[in-house]
Amino acid sequence: MSQQRKQWPLYEVFIRARSGLEHKHVGSIHAVDARQAIEHARDLYTRRQEGVSIWVVRSSDITASDPGDADALFEPAKDKIYRHPTFYSIPDEVKNL
Amino acid sequence: MYTQGLDSLGADCLHQATDAVTLEQRFQSKVDADDRIEPKDWMPDAYRQTLIRQISQHAHSEIVGMLPEGNWITRAPSLRRKAVLIAKVQDEGGHGMYLYSAAETLGISRDELLEQLLAGTAKYSSIFNYPTPTWADVGAIGWLVDGAAIMNQIPICRCSYGPYARAMVRICKEESFHQRQGFEIMMTLARGTPEQHRMAQDALNRWWWPSIMMFGPNDAASKHTAQSMRWKIKRFSNDELRQKFIDITVPQAEFLGLKVPDPDLRWDEATQHYVHGPIDWKEFEEVLKGNGPCNRERLETRRRAHEDGRWVREAALAHAEKQRARETQAA
Repeated sequence: MSQQRKQWPLYEVFIRARSGLEHKHVGSIHAVDARQAIEHARDLYTRRQEGVSIWVVRSSDITASDPGDADALFEPAKDKIYRHPTFYSIPDEVKNL
Repeated sequence: MYTQGLDSLGADCLHQATDAVTLEQRFQSKVDADDRIEPKDWMPDAYRQTLIRQISQHAHSEIVGMLPEGNWITRAPSLRRKAVLIAKVQDEGGHGMYLYSAAETLGISRDELLEQLLAGTAKYSSIFNYPTPTWADVGAIGWLVDGAAIMNQIPICRCSYGPYARAMVRICKEESFHQRQGFEIMMTLARGTPEQHRMAQDALNRWWWPSIMMFGPNDAASKHTAQSMRWKIKRFSNDELRQKFIDITVPQAEFLGLKVPDPDLRWDEATQHYVHGPIDWKEFEEVLKGNGPCNRERLETRRRAHEDGRWVREAALAHAEKQRARETQAA
């Protein structure tokens, strides 16, 4: 049937739910170009006023960390509990600290 | 499986095999801990294949599911009903898109998925192979078919595979409107003229059993259930979900003043559940095999839509390429 026909490229879709909030990844969409990706993302992801702004980016342009590197990347932060306020004991009498 | 015949393997293979065992153990303990599996994480091939099969079947069901109802858009009895039905059918298309995207994260392309549907090698829910001869069918589909779908889908919101679970959260949010609009149609008809009441009853008569069958074969006959539950792709068995659906739906039918077409149906005081009569699994298998009332028509309609849309897809791509070329030239 459609043998070697070129597929429409894939875009990742990010939506700002309302102003004041960040754009959040909601899913992906196929489109011929970025403009069409926004039009299609609007139809697919904002049928119920889920957003006020859309970002799209070619999925192939995203560089992601490798889950295999998760330990090397994120473990070192685990033993640095002094980066959290709860690490420090402050007497109860001291207020607003 | 990896531990069998280790003796006959060379040192390299042995190393690989133990690696695979550790990976599999790590995967399973992650699942057991209710952690989520994401696309780039290691997963057993059978897990990947099961998900591709299940998610794509689900996606195809949403897409084919647009047809029986789409049939009534031009003949909806009022502008309000028409606007609602268009919105619902559009949602179903959207659900298909969310699910195809989720399946694609497992390494299969959209084209391959569509190819499988159009070639008839992939399955979709047997329910959509039944016809919708009257307007009451639109009500019955929303109330029963979407009701059964919700029952099936809510536990999948907690599925171990992240993208599938996230798609399902989105779908479940939208599905509730589908069921309520269906019930409203049934209520309007059931409380209408005697002829309208008869229409509602007739639709319930035709959709009840196919809806019950939507939960799939009995637990004893369901070959995928045990493994899927271990992988937390599935959280409840077919029979458990079916029972839940019946317990919730029978009182709704009574409220409508309609009779569930099951002469053996009775309330069991001891178990606090309804007991239903035997299910005609032969019919279910026949419809699955492709011999339902509308199998051929549904697939033909999909194929035609796909072929008729081909020039649009190709032209849009060619246009975008031309624009890009022009932009690079101007730069």
